[in-house]
Amino acid sequence: MGRNDTALVGTGRRVIMKRLAVVTGAARGIGYSISEKLVRSGWSVAGCDVLKDDLMTASDKLGDSFSPWVLDITDENAVQETAGRIENELGPVFGLVNNAGITRDGLIMRMEKKDWDLVLNVNLTGAFLMCRAFSRGMLRQKEGSIVNISSVVALLGAPGQVNYVSTKAGLLGLTRSLSREFAARNIRVNAVAPGFIETEMTRELSEKIREDYAGRVPMKRMGKPENIADAVRFLLDDVSSYITGVVLPVDGGLTT
Amino acid sequence: MSLESRVTEIIIDKLGVKPEQVTVEAQFDTDLGADSIDQYELIMGFEDAFGLRIDEDEATQLTTVGKVIEYLRAKDLDK
Repeated sequence: MGRNDTALVGTGRRVIMKRLAVVTGAARGIGYSISEKLVRSGWSVAGCDVLKDDLMTASDKLGDSFSPWVLDITDENAVQETAGRIENELGPVFGLVNNAGITRDGLIMRMEKKDWDLVLNVNLTGAFLMCRAFSRGMLRQKEGSIVNISSVVALLGAPGQVNYVSTKAGLLGLTRSLSREFAARNIRVNAVAPGFIETEMTRELSEKIREDYAGRVPMKRMGKPENIADAVRFLLDDVSSYITGVVLPVDGGLTT
Repeated sequence: MSLESRVTEIIIDKLGVKPEQVTVEAQFDTDLGADSIDQYELIMGFEDAFGLRIDEDEATQLTTVGKVIEYLRAKDLDK
């Protein structure tokens, strides 16, 4: 589809005819890269994030096919309300990318419960709330693709990250179970497990963890956000229409 | 079209069953072969057709064709 696939309908409401995907954590890092890739591949993107300024910057860069939605995905009511508004204002949602994630690293002895709770709420509960909010619409249209951004640490473990790694492993359970609930309804649910990717988030990791991972990558280099975006685009598009419930590592060979 | 006919039509459409199977006593799961997600879609179909929201507690009670008709009739939607 081309860039001008917008049309006016009888009500005068502007309807975007491109296929619509919702991306969480869209303002920066991998989420921004995913949004950019999707926009350039003919999708429209409803980008959600709590980082308002970064979201507006992203919106300026990505143009009309990207709409910014300031949303805290840990807020159950806000998620429901925003999902309803996205569907009303932009139309049916065919893709959902649960990318938003945070870290609060520390050895378990020093990890406060609030840091455990916060990471679980954002990374795992947030994804659950988003899946639930958009399930109804996808069931109605009998079509949809959900991609959850997990991590290779879900498979490998990582010292100092018991909270983060638990959520990334949890996302694999969410992915596999939801794929089974929805498989017969033409709604696919898959996960991408990024390896060591150059983003704002990984730059915050300790030097020790960074060196540890980089040295273990068989391809001997860190990945770029665009590598993840390519995998997400593949799983959202119809080219992957017979793939559901899988975990796709994009990690330079780290887990293989 | 009567309420019964509309309900029956939705059930036939969603579950792919024969009209004669859709009796008042028919249980969605055991008699009409609906799994839990089929039943959710049925409720969604009734909501769309009759323009109402059925909350989860109520939805789980609507296990037979007769109970659905009774429920919708009580909502005074028979128009």
